[in-house]
Parts: sequence; structure tokens; C-alpha cells
Amino acid sequence: MQSIENLVTQIQGLSSNASDITALKDYLKAAEDLLRSESTRLLSFLDQLDPSKHSLVINVCKRYKDQVLLLEAPIRGVGPMLTAIRKIQSSTEHLTTLHPEFLQLCLLAKCYKAGLSVLEDDIYEINLPRDFFLYCYYGGMIFIGQKRFRKALELLHNVVTAPMSSINAIAVEAYKKYILVSLIHHGQFSSTLPKYTSSAAQRNLKNFSQPYMELVNTYNTGKIAELETYVQTNREKFESDNNLGLVKQVVSSMYKRNIQRLTQTYLTLSLQDIANTVQLNSSKEAEMHVLQMIQDGEIFATINQKDGMVRFLEDPEQYKTCEMIEHIDSSIQRIMSLSKKLTAMDELISCDPLYLGKAGRERQRFDFDDFDSVPQKFNI
Amino acid sequence: MEPEDEQSNSMMEEICSNGGEESARTRPIISGEQLDVEAYASLYQGRTKITRLMFIADHCDIASMQLEALRMAYDEIKKGENTQLFREVVKKIDGRLGPNYAMDEAWCDSVDRRAEQRKEKLENELNAYRTNLIKESIRMGYNDFGDFYYAHGALGDAFKSYVRTRDYCTTSKHIIHMCMSAILVSIEMGQFTHVTSYVSKAEQTPEALEPVTIAKLRCAAGLAHLEARKYKLAARKFLEVGPDLGNSYNESKVIDNVNFRNFLELVPEVRELINDFYSSRYASCLDYLGNLKANLLLDIHLHDHVETLYDQIRNKALIQYTHPFVSVDLHMMANAFKTSVAGIEKELEALITDNQIQARIDSHNKILYARHADQRNATFQRVLQTGSEFDQDVRAMLLRANLLKHEYNVRAARKL
Repeated sequence: MQSIENLVTQIQGLSSNASDITALKDYLKAAEDLLRSESTRLLSFLDQLDPSKHSLVINVCKRYKDQVLLLEAPIRGVGPMLTAIRKIQSSTEHLTTLHPEFLQLCLLAKCYKAGLSVLEDDIYEINLPRDFFLYCYYGGMIFIGQKRFRKALELLHNVVTAPMSSINAIAVEAYKKYILVSLIHHGQFSSTLPKYTSSAAQRNLKNFSQPYMELVNTYNTGKIAELETYVQTNREKFESDNNLGLVKQVVSSMYKRNIQRLTQTYLTLSLQDIANTVQLNSSKEAEMHVLQMIQDGEIFATINQKDGMVRFLEDPEQYKTCEMIEHIDSSIQRIMSLSKKLTAMDELISCDPLYLGKAGRERQRFDFDDFDSVPQKFNI
Repeated sequence: MEPEDEQSNSMMEEICSNGGEESARTRPIISGEQLDVEAYASLYQGRTKITRLMFIADHCDIASMQLEALRMAYDEIKKGENTQLFREVVKKIDGRLGPNYAMDEAWCDSVDRRAEQRKEKLENELNAYRTNLIKESIRMGYNDFGDFYYAHGALGDAFKSYVRTRDYCTTSKHIIHMCMSAILVSIEMGQFTHVTSYVSKAEQTPEALEPVTIAKLRCAAGLAHLEARKYKLAARKFLEVGPDLGNSYNESKVIDNVNFRNFLELVPEVRELINDFYSSRYASCLDYLGNLKANLLLDIHLHDHVETLYDQIRNKALIQYTHPFVSVDLHMMANAFKTSVAGIEKELEALITDNQIQARIDSHNKILYARHADQRNATFQRVLQTGSEFDQDVRAMLLRANLLKHEYNVRAARKL
């Protein structure tokens, strides 16, 4: 306890001066053992460290995280890291290096809720692309754990389409998960990446994820038996990527999709017919599936157990309630603020000297009137 | 029906003599009875007769009809000069028709020798013309070559020769003649892309075309579309053929058109069929279709498409049946269409999934309920979805812009 206090005072004292920082660093290295043993106390003392003055805090936190992992008690690290992040961030839109570390801890500790609080913030400022990739990847995994597939898809999409000069492993892994989540959420997957994807990604991503592309093809045939045999034969590949759980979810999503298709054509249908159409083994299984889907809110129906009939209902949402109006209103507000941001960014870029230099160079001049306000300096 | 018969037949002969072997026809015998091969074949001349007969022989199960067809094909070929077809027919007959119809080697050899001589003669003539550079005679020379190859069954060479005359065509009449020959050969070869291109070329000539030529062109275009499975276009084209020729692909038209009752006078069974369709007597209509099916399968052009056309007609009938009602009892519908309730349910399910019928099935009570999409809800849903998509896209864009800016900055820093 005493040594920790000494440590803290030292840090606070020495961080004011640039030359002292190096001294501080050595001091910290020496004190590492101390840190290790006193890791539990670190929380309270982190509060005392003001991150704007102590740039080494990040290193400290990283070391701390490694320690915690070594001790195999990641859950202990979650709380402190969260506080650390909040302190380091200059604004809620800022992505720090600690974000991915924190998310990794959450994943390992399986406390997804803590991770969610961080993920709810939108990110606009980034320091290092690598941080961003890791952040999106881990974030996607947390959302998958929470079964919020739409958000997971969004994050994974960001990784896959991010500008990168050369392919990296994070993007490849993210792409594989992206395929699987897309199948679960949308029931389909289009293998064409949008135009703004980097060319490196477009060329190489598909090569690395062959078994997944074939999974998509099998899925599209709509036959459960084929899908299951395919999964069985390629089990090891999926396992080695740690994606087996997701793949199993893909298979079960196929049942769901087939049942949903039935709601479009039928008003009432017997459970036996459902079992036959969707290739389930018995009407009991069909009942289980339908019940689960009703509870999850994926279809609207009532089951009449006496007749063994399911009656499909229309979506009762009438868009007339107060909540709906509030929802629409908040969406409008959000989009308005977003477009303000967009305009601000646009203005910022138009003032950027690099941009002006490039744009000025490419301008073609045909007669005197075309020489407008761009100053000579930028025309090379 | 008799006077009309003769009238159309005589016109038919005119056409045949006009353009050589032409594949247009007036009234094929499509009736419920078994096809009378001789009567069927007598409607055609020349090469198309041979092709049709051989097709019948290939696809017919009844041995007597097969042999009949093959015998007639043999006779017909002997009248011409095509040794390759001759060999094919002989192989198919396989000695079943007696010694008269065996392989006649002597005839083959003599025909081949004659062909060689004629070919040499034509070549010499053509070379002479080419050195003289007289356009008209060169054109005639190539034309003769084309005819020669066609008679001997070398369709590819015939086509090439006809196409070569194009450079030497001076009047539009020549152009039309060239186009018609090219179309003829392409139809025989089954290359319908050429058919379409030459049809459009012929239609573009500035001079007015005779109605007969126009009709032939339309037929050819219709055939091309049929091959390409564009049934609607095929129907339109066949329609444009004047009523004199009374083209027979009425089944295609059943799907779309209202104006074609004029033609029906020529083909009584089909007329009955179409009447039934329009008065919604679907059961009898489908019965007629079933009867015609066997004979239609023997037609070389329709053969591949009969199944698809039939399915489409049936679907159209189903859609038409359900259209005016809010709810339909599936039992009555099954009776009208002469299937079981389960069968009708399956067919309706397919149509609903395809979005051709807006309805839902109450499987418990076996009733079909029409369902009209709720526009208001759909609009709300779309609005919310568009909003969230915009949100996502813009945020992703801002992120990417930041990443790019960062990368650019890093690169700039490195350069400095």
C-alpha cells in the first residue's frame, strides 16, 4: 500500500517535466513487480491519475490488462478499464487504443453488457487504423453474443469495407463472420462488396474464405438436409476458426426463414403441414419452433392446440401509438444532427490545403473566366 | 371449311414456288385424332417436309406411323440431291421396309459425282466473273453456289455464300432476296440470332415490301422469338402475319391477345379452346389442350415449348379465376380445374410465392382470401428503414473519410 502511494506521488510529480518522463519510465519498469502484486488496488489509484498529464497511463493500463489475463481473471479488469477509457477519451466520439483491449477483456470475461455501454457511442475520431479494426471486430463479436445481429453486421461491414492498402488478418476473420451473420440476419448474402471497398480487400477476401462461400451456396438451395451434411463435412474448418457456434445458428435460421415464408402464403396451417414443408421431424418440433419465434417476436401467430392449427396474424403495428411517434421523431433528430456533421466535415475538407492543391491542379482552364478564386500558389 | 381449305392451299403453293422451300404453312392438322402422316406431309414441300417427317419418326412411339414417316422421307429425299440425309434415313429405316428401301449406293455415288462436276463448273464460272468484275454476275454466281450447297445439305457453306452476295447487291430487291435466303438457311440450321438480324435488315430496306414477303419475315421473326422463349414477343409477331396465311401458333396467343379471333375460323378446335378460356370454362379448355398436346409434340418448332406454354396457360387460367373474388372456396375451384384440393393448394401456393396472386390460403377451412397490401403500414416501414439505412451509411462514410485522412496524413508525415 505504501509503495503504491509512493508510486502515485512519483508519477504525479515527475510528469510535469519532459526529461523526467524518461526517468519515470524507468521507475515504472522497476515497479512492475509491485504493480503485479498490487493489481487489485490499482482501481482506486487510477482515479487519481489524470490522463491528460500522464501519457504513460496508457502503457500502464496495457500492462495491467496483460497481468489480468495472466491471472486468468479477466473480469477483474473490466471495471478499471472502463474508467480508464472514460478518462482518456477526449470526447465520446474518440477511439482510443484502450478500446479494443477493453472489448477483448469483456469478451473473455463474457460480461457483454459492460462492452455494450462503450459500443453505444458512435465513433468518429480514430488514432490508429489497427485500433479501429480490432474495435469493430470485437464489437461485432459482442453484438453477436447479445444476438443483436443488425448492429454486428454494421460493425463487421465497417471492417470489411475500411480502406486498407493491404489485406490483413483481422479483415479476413471479420469477413468470415460477416458472411455468417448476414445469412442469419438477412437470409441471403451478396458476394459483391460495395464500390468503396479497397481493391486489396475485393481481390483477396474471397480467396481466404472459400468454405464459407460454399456454405452460402448450400444455404441458397433451401434444403436443410444438404446444409447439415455440408456443415458436418467441414466441421474442422469451422471449428478452427471458432465459428462453429455461429454456423449452427445459421442452420437454425434456415428453419426460421422457411416458416416465415409460410406466413406470406397461408392464413392458417396445420402443424403437421408446417413440419412437412419445413422438413422437420414431427409436429411437436414444429410447435416448438413456432412458439420460439412468436416469443422472439419474429412472427405473429396463435397456436390452437386443440386442432393443431396455427393462425398467422398480420403485424399488429399500426404506427399510431405515441411510442411510434416518439421513435420517428428521435430518428428525425438524429438524422438532422448527422447531416449537420456531414456539412461541417465537407466545409472542413474544402478548406484543407492539401485538397485545394489537388483540386486546383486538375482544373482545366479554357478561357480567362475560368481563373477564379483559387490562388496561384496551388496551381502547379 | 372446304373452300377455305383450297384457297389457303393454293396460296400456300404460290408461296412455296416463290421462295423455294419455305417453311410457312397454312393449316397444320392439329386435331384430337391421331396424326395422319400423309396428309400432314402433303402440306409441305422439299426440305422442311423431310425434316418434319424425320422428327415425327424420332418422336413417335407408334411403329406404324414411324415407318410411314420414314418411307415418305426416303421418297422425298430421292427426289432431291442430299446424300447425307439419305444415309441418315436409311440408317433409321434399318431394313424394316423391305429391299426397295435399302441403301442405294449407286444412286449415292452418281449424285455425288454429279455434285462434284457441278461444283467445279460453278467455281470456274465464278472465277471468270470475278476477273471480269461484273457485279451482277458475281452475285448470281454466289447465289448459284448457295443454292447448290443448300440442295446438298451443306448448310453452313450455303449460308456463307448467300452472305457473300451482300457486297454485290445493287437494288433493294437483291437485298431482300439475299436476306430471305439467309433467313431460310439459318432457320434450317437453327441459328435464330442470324434470323433476327436478317429480318431487321430486310425490314429496313427503303422499298415497300410485298405483303407476302412481310408475312414471311414476320413468321421468321416469330420463330426466332419462340426459340428464345420470349413467348409474348412471338405471339405479337405471329399475330402480325396477315389472316390469309392463318398461322397456327395460336396457343401462344392464348396467353395475351384479344384481337386474334379472326384467325380462329381457320382452326376450329383451337377456336373452341379459346372461347372456353374467355368464358371461364376452364375444365373443357384444359381438356382440349390435353388432346392437342400429343400432336403438338410432333411439331419441330413447338416441341420444346409445349410444356412451358401449357403451364403458363394453366397459371393464367388460375389467376383469372381468382381475380374477381374476395374469397374462393378451394373445393369449387378444384372441381373447376379438375384436380384435387391438395393439388390446387400446391399450385396456388406456388403462384402466391411468385407474387402473381395477392391472397392467402386458409388451410383449415380450405378457403382462399384475397389480401390487399396495407399501403400506410408499408410506407411507414419503408420510411423507418430508409432512415436507419441513411444513418448507417453516413456514419460509415464519415469513419472511412477519417481513416483515409489519417492514412494520408501518415503518408505525408513519412514523406517529410
